[in-house]
Amino acid sequence: MREKVQAVSQEHQLYLNKVKQESIRVLATRVAILLIFVVGWEFMGRTGIIDPFITSQPSRIWHTLVNLYAEGVLFKHIGYTLLETVLGFISGTMLGTFMAIVLWWSPFISRVLDPYLVVLNALPKIALGPILIVWIGNGPPAIITMALLVSLIVTIITVYTGFSQVDMDKIRLLQSFGATKWQILRLVILPASIPTIISALKINVGLAWVGVIVGEFLVSRAGLGYLIVYGGQVFRLDLVMASVIVLAILAAIMYQGVLYLEKHIAKWQ
Amino acid sequence: MVELSNIVEVKNISVNYHTLTGETVAIKDLSLVVVKGEFVSIIGPSGCGKSTLLSVLGGLVQPSKGEVFIKGESVKGTNPIVGYMPQRDQLFPWRNILQNVLLGLEVQKKLTKETRQKAIELLEKYGLGEFLHYYPYQLSGGMRQRVALIRTLAIDPEILLLDEPFSALDYQTRLAVSDEVRTIIYNENKTSILVTHDIAEGISMSDRIAVLTSRPAEIKNIHDIKLSCEEISPIKKREAPEFRHYFNRIWKELDIK
Repeated sequence: MREKVQAVSQEHQLYLNKVKQESIRVLATRVAILLIFVVGWEFMGRTGIIDPFITSQPSRIWHTLVNLYAEGVLFKHIGYTLLETVLGFISGTMLGTFMAIVLWWSPFISRVLDPYLVVLNALPKIALGPILIVWIGNGPPAIITMALLVSLIVTIITVYTGFSQVDMDKIRLLQSFGATKWQILRLVILPASIPTIISALKINVGLAWVGVIVGEFLVSRAGLGYLIVYGGQVFRLDLVMASVIVLAILAAIMYQGVLYLEKHIAKWQ
Repeated sequence: MVELSNIVEVKNISVNYHTLTGETVAIKDLSLVVVKGEFVSIIGPSGCGKSTLLSVLGGLVQPSKGEVFIKGESVKGTNPIVGYMPQRDQLFPWRNILQNVLLGLEVQKKLTKETRQKAIELLEKYGLGEFLHYYPYQLSGGMRQRVALIRTLAIDPEILLLDEPFSALDYQTRLAVSDEVRTIIYNENKTSILVTHDIAEGISMSDRIAVLTSRPAEIKNIHDIKLSCEEISPIKKREAPEFRHYFNRIWKELDIK
């Protein structure tokens, strides 16, 4: 165990200050970029350099949001999209992990299914949208299925690759104790693959948003994707922009949530 | 007839490996007897099939021909009286030290209050008592290796199979750890079979050394190691005057070009 040096030398203090100042400069520049962008956008809209009817502008976006809230529909739309996305990426990750377990369990099935997985992985899942609408119907279940399909195949491939990369010597150690296949799965394959599963989750959060928004473009009567399409059709760019901004904020929050999960689950890394 | 003191008997085993490009003979007609309480090292050129021999003894690989008897019974699979210590420590990073040590007991469904307590006592006895709830990355390489040995001892095996367990350590740590491990094994009175390519390590730790030929592995010679040194410590044993004679003889037998 290393002991911490109690007194901070002057040289070290200078170093710490330098690191801190650098961080402050990075943060200040980030905020400045955002401010210049928002203020510039607003200014150009007001002075007629750009046409707010086509480009919208921050004040109009803000009014749109306030109006949506006042009509009591803002959180309804957010709620639909959020629920569909969360269900989509959780079910995609879980089902994908389960399928990866099946492939790991049976090398025969894994070899048999390999070309099918390659084809399905290459296929843009969005193309299946119309089929899903016909089969499942016009509503949230079809959208969730879309989000699930978008993330499923890539999850299977990522997690299965993770399983195959678990150190053979660790497996041999368990075998030397006389472990069954089930024990090997439970005691080494799954715990060793938690980082892989979380990184699949990270990818899936992004993919699920794509699946949900495309799904809402196709079928929905509610949700942010619906607002975007509807706003585009009736030429209300304020509504489109407002929805896109809400979407960006939600996606960022959800991604941060997964990062938080990652930090707290795999502490041993 | 099987004598009782012969705890391990390897009788004329051959092991072949099959790949699409052909068949490789890893071990050919090899026989070996290990007496209870003995420490035997197996030394051979790299890639000669030493580890394969250990896998056969551990029941992980079935020989193509011949048979292995442990306590007079033919080996058909893994056996709870045989403990295996792998190359590198293979501690699971997501388990703390105690959980790592309990792994074998958990797999063999022998985890009870008593066995758990015995495992804790072993850790305490060998200087790891205050690290029960540490994670492997917080320990030094030497300590991790000691944990790995205790993990093997926790299932209370009669025979230990050591597969180059020190090869990943730096030289100084390696000397210190092999010293500790030999002492622990001596205290716990286990029969041990060590696979190594380090001649000095083999001489300093063992009662007997079996030298193997290059692949396919056969026994080239067996040396009884008798050093004029009363101590069990391998570091002390290296100072014995006979040490270098054994070293030279084995070195010549290995015939490394």
